Amino acid sequence: MKPNIEMRIETAAMDALMVRLFDTIDEANMAWVIGADQALRNAFGPALIDLVPSYTTLLVHYDCQQLNHAGALTLINQALSGLKPVDTQAGELHDIPVWYDESVGPELPLVSKRAGLSVDELIEQHCNHDYCVFALGFAPGYGFMGLVDEALTTPRLKTPRRKVAAGSVGIADRQTAIYPLLSPGGWNILGRTNVPLFEHAKRGEPLFRPGDKVRFRAISREEFEADGGDTTPMEERP
Amino acid sequence: MNQVAMNEAQKGLVVKQAGPLALIQDAGRFGVGHLGVTQGGAADWISFRWANWLLGNALNSAALEIVMGGGLSFETEREVRLALTGADLDAQLDGKPLAPNTSFKLLPSQRLVFRQPRQGLRAYLAFPGGLNAPEVLGSRACTAREQLGGLHEDGKPLKVGDRLTWNGAAPAVRRIPDSQGPRMPASGCRLPIVLGSQIASFSGHALFQAFNQPWTVDNRADRMGVRLTGPALHGSLTGIISEGIPLGAVQVPPDGQPIVLMNDRQTIGGYPRLGALTPIACATLAQCLPGTKVWLTPTGASQAQGQYRNQLASWD
Repeated sequence: MKPNIEMRIETAAMDALMVRLFDTIDEANMAWVIGADQALRNAFGPALIDLVPSYTTLLVHYDCQQLNHAGALTLINQALSGLKPVDTQAGELHDIPVWYDESVGPELPLVSKRAGLSVDELIEQHCNHDYCVFALGFAPGYGFMGLVDEALTTPRLKTPRRKVAAGSVGIADRQTAIYPLLSPGGWNILGRTNVPLFEHAKRGEPLFRPGDKVRFRAISREEFEADGGDTTPMEERP
Repeated sequence: MNQVAMNEAQKGLVVKQAGPLALIQDAGRFGVGHLGVTQGGAADWISFRWANWLLGNALNSAALEIVMGGGLSFETEREVRLALTGADLDAQLDGKPLAPNTSFKLLPSQRLVFRQPRQGLRAYLAFPGGLNAPEVLGSRACTAREQLGGLHEDGKPLKVGDRLTWNGAAPAVRRIPDSQGPRMPASGCRLPIVLGSQIASFSGHALFQAFNQPWTVDNRADRMGVRLTGPALHGSLTGIISEGIPLGAVQVPPDGQPIVLMNDRQTIGGYPRLGALTPIACATLAQCLPGTKVWLTPTGASQAQGQYRNQLASWD
């Protein structure tokens, strides 16, 4: 399926331009966003300071000692004139073991009740989908993934937690994500994984990249512990 | 550690009392935004660069960003020349006041204290050759929320007992020409903003208010963002699909009070924006104490780049 692309380029800052490709969130966008990411990296080379792709956009931060505003605009237009989607089948599929338990996933009852499911059915639903990684942000290695089954849609907590444990797996609206490190957060937490997202990001090699697929797999407390998982209950963290 | 057994290079500046916030900073992390890793780096990058310039260091060498002062004190274990720029935090060496924007010599066992802000908010203390600290993703900058950078690679501020050591190169002794040094902002200062992003979604009334009256710097201000208070700005959007956030982006959440996103901002976010402050304006804002009045003054990207290049040329 070829989405209808009407690319717009907007000024975002003195030395940053926003490339806007789409207006809605859709998994089909990712092939185009990743294609644009590659084309822009190649076109700007050392004049690129940072390139931040997201669901529908790419923020291009260029070195204004090498390029002026007009030069950067021209370069973007040239780089994206023959934009093609990449093959998203090339994205990796990640298998993420999760210990779903109320002690480390305090919103299991809330989300299951809202969905009209038992806790076991909720876990099955959450595991029964290959989620697309739309964007990295919020924290090093944090991937925004979706879309979660409509029945599981749950708004963010009214009052965010001050401390969400590293490895916490959560849902907000139709998105799901894993907290790479201890941080504040307002997502509904269902369980915990021991996958070292933060350590990967710290080395500059994120485990998840936009366009990758992620599948959660429920494991027992014993398996989680055997893997070195931290079983400290969420609410008992100092 | 046994003092006698220490060789000269291991000696340094020891933290005797920790103030509210002192962080090791350099220019920041670049080329890592796509990992979700924030930029970090010295918030008043102009004063930071002057501090390194005073010692003849590479301009992006790691230095100390000291916020407020608040009793932060050091004792030195070896003779060293340091440079101090930025805010006047009533710094004293063995009880004698130190002039901002100069370098000065410390002798063994002398005590350096930062008391309280008299002008500006952030002082920069540079060391010969730059501070020693492990590099993470190409930078030594501390970002507390991300637990990256700093002496202990946890992004945490200096604490009592920390020992700062430096790269050891023999420093130059330079003076900043009177006409050029960093100036601390006065109330009513102008913050140039490059308009863009979702500006078209704001009402005409909101845009008039945004640029035709002063904003007050709120006390909800840190290295992530600085909140400005004034009339509520409204538009047709309350949220957007999350997109990359440049330095200085002025986002307006549903309460209508703008937040300027600074060095430790999150990499993507979902509130509509008026545009972004220029890097020079960000350095100015980083020195504004709560209560300071500021004006958002629209400027063009090309004009802002010209001023930015002029600023960089002052260190050539």
